Amino acid sequence: MNVRSTLLSTVAVLGVLTAAATAQAQAPAAQVITADERTALSGGLNDAAQLASGMTLEHSVPPPPGFFDPDAIFAPPTSQAEGQALAARAASPSFSALGLANSDLALSNGRLFVGNFNGFNAYDVTRGGAPELVMSVVCPGGQGDVSVRGDLLFMSVEENRGRLDCGTAGAAGAVNAERFRGVRIFDISDLNAPRQIAAVQTCRGSHTHTLVPHPTDANVLYVYNSGTADVRQAAELDICTDGAPDQNPETALFSIDVIKVPLDAPQNAAIVSRPRIFADSETGRVAGLWRGGRAGVASQTTAQTNHCHDITVYPELNLAAGACSGNGILLDISNPEQPARVSDIFDPDMAYWHSATFNNAGDKVVFTDEWGGGIAARCQITDPATWGANMIATIQNRTLRGRAFHKLPSAQGADQNCVAHNGNIIPVPGRDLMVQAWYQGGVSVMDFTDPTKPLEIAYFDRGPVEEGKLFVAGSWSAYWLNGRIYSSEIARGLDVLRLVPNEHLSAAEIAAAEAVTAREINPQTQTRISWADTPDVAEAWLDQLARAPVAARPAIGSPIRDLVANAQTRAVLDKHLPGMTQNPAIAQVGQMTLAAIAPMSGGAITPAALAAIEADLAALPGDDRAALLPRVRAAIAQWRRGGRADRREAAALAGLLTTAASGVTGPDAARMQALAGLFQRRAG
Amino acid sequence: MPGLAGLLLAGLITVQAAPPIAPRPAPQSSPPIFQPGAPGAPARVISPAEAVELGRSSYTAADVAFMQHMIVHHAQAVEMVDLLETRAASPSVRLLARRIALSQAAEMELMRGWLAERGQPLEMPGMDHAGHAGMDHSAHAGHAMPASDTPLMAGMLSPRQMQALAAATGPGFDRLFLEGMIQHHRGAIDMVDALMTDPGAAQDTLLSDFAAAVVADQSAEILRMQSLLSDL
Repeated sequence: MNVRSTLLSTVAVLGVLTAAATAQAQAPAAQVITADERTALSGGLNDAAQLASGMTLEHSVPPPPGFFDPDAIFAPPTSQAEGQALAARAASPSFSALGLANSDLALSNGRLFVGNFNGFNAYDVTRGGAPELVMSVVCPGGQGDVSVRGDLLFMSVEENRGRLDCGTAGAAGAVNAERFRGVRIFDISDLNAPRQIAAVQTCRGSHTHTLVPHPTDANVLYVYNSGTADVRQAAELDICTDGAPDQNPETALFSIDVIKVPLDAPQNAAIVSRPRIFADSETGRVAGLWRGGRAGVASQTTAQTNHCHDITVYPELNLAAGACSGNGILLDISNPEQPARVSDIFDPDMAYWHSATFNNAGDKVVFTDEWGGGIAARCQITDPATWGANMIATIQNRTLRGRAFHKLPSAQGADQNCVAHNGNIIPVPGRDLMVQAWYQGGVSVMDFTDPTKPLEIAYFDRGPVEEGKLFVAGSWSAYWLNGRIYSSEIARGLDVLRLVPNEHLSAAEIAAAEAVTAREINPQTQTRISWADTPDVAEAWLDQLARAPVAARPAIGSPIRDLVANAQTRAVLDKHLPGMTQNPAIAQVGQMTLAAIAPMSGGAITPAALAAIEADLAALPGDDRAALLPRVRAAIAQWRRGGRADRREAAALAGLLTTAASGVTGPDAARMQALAGLFQRRAG
Repeated sequence: MPGLAGLLLAGLITVQAAPPIAPRPAPQSSPPIFQPGAPGAPARVISPAEAVELGRSSYTAADVAFMQHMIVHHAQAVEMVDLLETRAASPSVRLLARRIALSQAAEMELMRGWLAERGQPLEMPGMDHAGHAGMDHSAHAGHAMPASDTPLMAGMLSPRQMQALAAATGPGFDRLFLEGMIQHHRGAIDMVDALMTDPGAAQDTLLSDFAAAVVADQSAEILRMQSLLSDL
């Protein structure tokens, strides 16, 4: 991955230390994909074996009437002879494994909307039991990516068969005024009388879309549309022309569509801009990414692309992360009509940048690589663990940097389509967790709190639809929505999963996450989660502190970055080497020791200074959380019992935790600080 | 499987041989299924059978030809990567080529499945070189017969180009490979473009999804190859 090359080029820029740093600058070993207990589950459309860890299947709702085609989808001929027999029976045998596929999800006001290549279904999920179907809408055209805002439902349509009137007939002609590819808007204020009120045509259809609120005007909603297909003919839609930007500056390639929706008159929704988010910031060149290196080959010959597959916005940070074909990008969306690229990354292991998910703090992004488009078996034991995987990237100073790959750590068969797909954040305070769909690889929860060491902590998996034959099926989207994981199974309907405690996740952490609710959830429009002061939240942080191995305090022989990251050891450096920790170059030698950089310090790091630092480091107090945590646990237990807050103890704990936090680094420091703040508020 | 048993004992994993929840019987009265009208028009209520019918998609002779053509086209990419195994120099080129070969081979399987399920022949009538795409025998034999400049079909490398590729090694091979594969991938994208302008074509959902994936994946790969080419 690019971690290696970035570090190496940094060292080259420094012009020093090349030999020393090359040995240090190894990317973390990629996760190995091996066969495990879920690799060879028995198959079946309705009776495949299931396996779960850290979660349990609570409800499984089969496709509703009208959304399952027993004659077509799962009984296609399996040989040419059978196919010929079928063709002889029917003039035009019509079956397509994706025609009734479930796709993306959105939740509003207790209603879960499940997109489908043939329309969408609405379920009532307020009653605690299995989701109850409220109504269905049939409007073919795929993929049926859905979003909801108030009384409006938005839906992506990309296929050639899409029609303005939600029908399929009357498709004559290469240019067809009735064809629809773009974003539909439905009025769902009355679920007994849904109505299409607008249909915004776009040049490349709509593969996915993302709702973007206006920063100040509550009456305006934007939709970022990502079209990935071929460009329509101008005769069908006059704003559309094809070709490389050097030859055709108006080309519909190399942009996204920004649709403006006046919420008091949504029928007037229209494209308001098609920003050139791939343009070079200095030259304005439309194909700014991929200049093709030194020789500029790409810019001369690029014919198709660029586009985004999916964009996730985080309006509170004015940021959007775009998964855009050959790159991951970061956009400033302060002006939603003119998003401006602020960072972009590339990685040779990423085949196709597919989707992006921020962590809650907004300093990490999980990009997925949908290698093979989701219809192929790409989690086989022979497939590299860095392909078709997640890439964990960090954001520092609005700059993306790839840190590690994470792939479903279970080999899947050739009969299971599998690759990284849609997911969102599970709001456990103190950790970065993401639940995610992997098609027939199942549903998996990844902990990426440490962006260099992502880890699976829970999963649910089924066997293939049919052993030995690849049918397109599995989880399209798996999202945490108000306390449960909802998974849209392409072929089998809707699954509801509940997290259960295991060694990686405690009951309090789950309870703290389950307590977070929102009225409206569109996973590609992220909002900042905050947690109430509750015993569950406190215990979640406490459980994390108890679970984490107590890291040895950085010593004189530790990497410099560890010495800088720890508040107490950093203070020692500042005392003896004033200004060093503020030096921007420090990050570039962070993996080295003080002794190693001393010869190159121009005399700044003397043997005497090293000895003084070593002595001060040895004199620092140790990590005494072992003594502190039981006392915190007792205070939380007392809180749970509902007794009056012991203000004196709360204040004492706040002080002790604050002190302890200064002696540790990273997530543990943040957890201690959060707990200290909570007890401070308890103390009044 | 002791590992599994251990996990079971630890209560971390639940195994279910059969689904815990049987498919629900159809409710007495299902909620309505609406088919909306054009923007502004009211929806109508339709039956489940009508809904299923709307989800069905048909295909045309152009779709079938597209799939048959693309199988031949993809086979050439696999053949090019086979040449690379003993000839290429750059590890970056090898990495990309390995991915291309895996992808194109899997897509060939998908296309064969699509055709077989519809009772269609895997090869286009009159095209008998399907398994041997564009590499004429002179290239294998390695002697004098001049190879043709005419590719088997548009978007593919000509026999002469394949012969030149087979004769190259090291950085020279890398360059010819990348240039050839870019040309080859563009051919696939052009095939999709041509299909999409054909009246009534690409109505089939799987085919439509596949065609979109071809455009997306191969255009990303073209850019990657252009970048590699400029770094050679």
